Amino acid sequence: MKFSIKIVFGILFIGSLTACSDSGDDEEGMSRFQIRVSNVSANQPLTPVAVVLHQSGYQAWSLGSAASNGLEKLAEGGDTADFLAAANADATVSSTAVGTGVIVPGASETITIAATEKTGFRLSLASMLANTNDAFTGFVNHSVSSMKVGESHTVYAKVYDAGTEANSEASGTIPGPADGGTGFDASRDDLIDKVTIHAGVVSVNDDLASSVLTESHRWNGSVAKIEITRM
Amino acid sequence: MRLKNISYAVALLASSGLSTVASAASWDVKITNLTHGVYFTPLVVSAHNSSTHVFQAGTTASSSLRILAECGVTSNLETDLSAANNHINPASGPLAPGANTTAMITTANNHLSIVAMLLPTNDGFVGIDAQEIPTAAGTYTFYAKAWDAGTEANNELMDTSGCAAGMAGIPADPTSAAGTGGGGVAGADTNTTVHIHRGVLGDSNSSGGASDLSNTVHRWQNPVAKIEVTVTP
Repeated sequence: MKFSIKIVFGILFIGSLTACSDSGDDEEGMSRFQIRVSNVSANQPLTPVAVVLHQSGYQAWSLGSAASNGLEKLAEGGDTADFLAAANADATVSSTAVGTGVIVPGASETITIAATEKTGFRLSLASMLANTNDAFTGFVNHSVSSMKVGESHTVYAKVYDAGTEANSEASGTIPGPADGGTGFDASRDDLIDKVTIHAGVVSVNDDLASSVLTESHRWNGSVAKIEITRM
Repeated sequence: MRLKNISYAVALLASSGLSTVASAASWDVKITNLTHGVYFTPLVVSAHNSSTHVFQAGTTASSSLRILAECGVTSNLETDLSAANNHINPASGPLAPGANTTAMITTANNHLSIVAMLLPTNDGFVGIDAQEIPTAAGTYTFYAKAWDAGTEANNELMDTSGCAAGMAGIPADPTSAAGTGGGGVAGADTNTTVHIHRGVLGDSNSSGGASDLSNTVHRWQNPVAKIEVTVTP
């Protein structure tokens, strides 16, 4: 009986040691997350990825609510500046990061984000589908606080319609290489001024003669594989 | 040590026994229409036991589900679910794209079903069937797909002259984006059981073409609804 109790205590002690090293601190006491974004679309370049590491409170967007002006600029033109400025001004945001460039189909980029906080972490992430009017992919409030060092989560992100620009697919309205048109336009002329799940693009090959997009620009479900690892 | 284990097991049994005693919880069921241009007809939100199903993939739709999916009629399902705790039509009418509504149910049951017709479609519906809901306090999130009832040809032609089970055509278009004069997209369903909807085709011709629906307004990709259940024991 004594012997078994000692073993139990020994296991508890090892367990608590492991818990300490699992908190994700490195030498500087930072918690770090590595985010690998792979473009798994057929022909939709992903604009530089905006990443926000935050606590409960910050809300990058909500399904069924109007997009912020920062999200509108990101979703229409790939410009992350205002989106990240708004995040950095939020008291519940720990840190932000942005990818170095466009991720073309089949490519990937790894972004690292770190913060001094220890617990309560959530990740939000956004990137525009460049060959669309205002489609973007990503997620909000993905909880990463219980992740142990070395643990990974994989998310196939949904594609959203920002609801800020009509999905005309018309010449001059799409900033990606399919068109080379205008990105951000302050007018909100979509069917509804709310973030929803994107219905997909129609394309010239599917009876939308005015579309500059082809069938190759379509997608089904997801365009980005996102692997989150606690470092 | 062995004695301790036994007493622990007894305690577990006692607590699981308690949890099977039907104690009512209140559910706030927030439903958000995630589509860009498709309405939900009045929603049927039902808290029921584990043996009840409103629909099952690969199974022929009940006549009550059929009239809901083809015409948006809720009364037949309401009768079928009379032993359950229901909130019918929480939005007091159709639920617009991007809009949300909250159904409030007090129940001792643990399974949730939600269905509503997708309008304008022939027999498309949004739904979850017999989703188990935890008893612990918290908010639980689910996403719902668009289903095809398998009971009506997806001809994508408007016919606002009325609606009955088996009657061809789409009975209404709350989006006002549908056209007329289409030739018809599809004949009778190949799969006549409940299956995942293949989506609508639509076209860009508002006075002809194959479809009366619009290819830039009425299409969707899954999921079409977000469901957030807040349980208060």
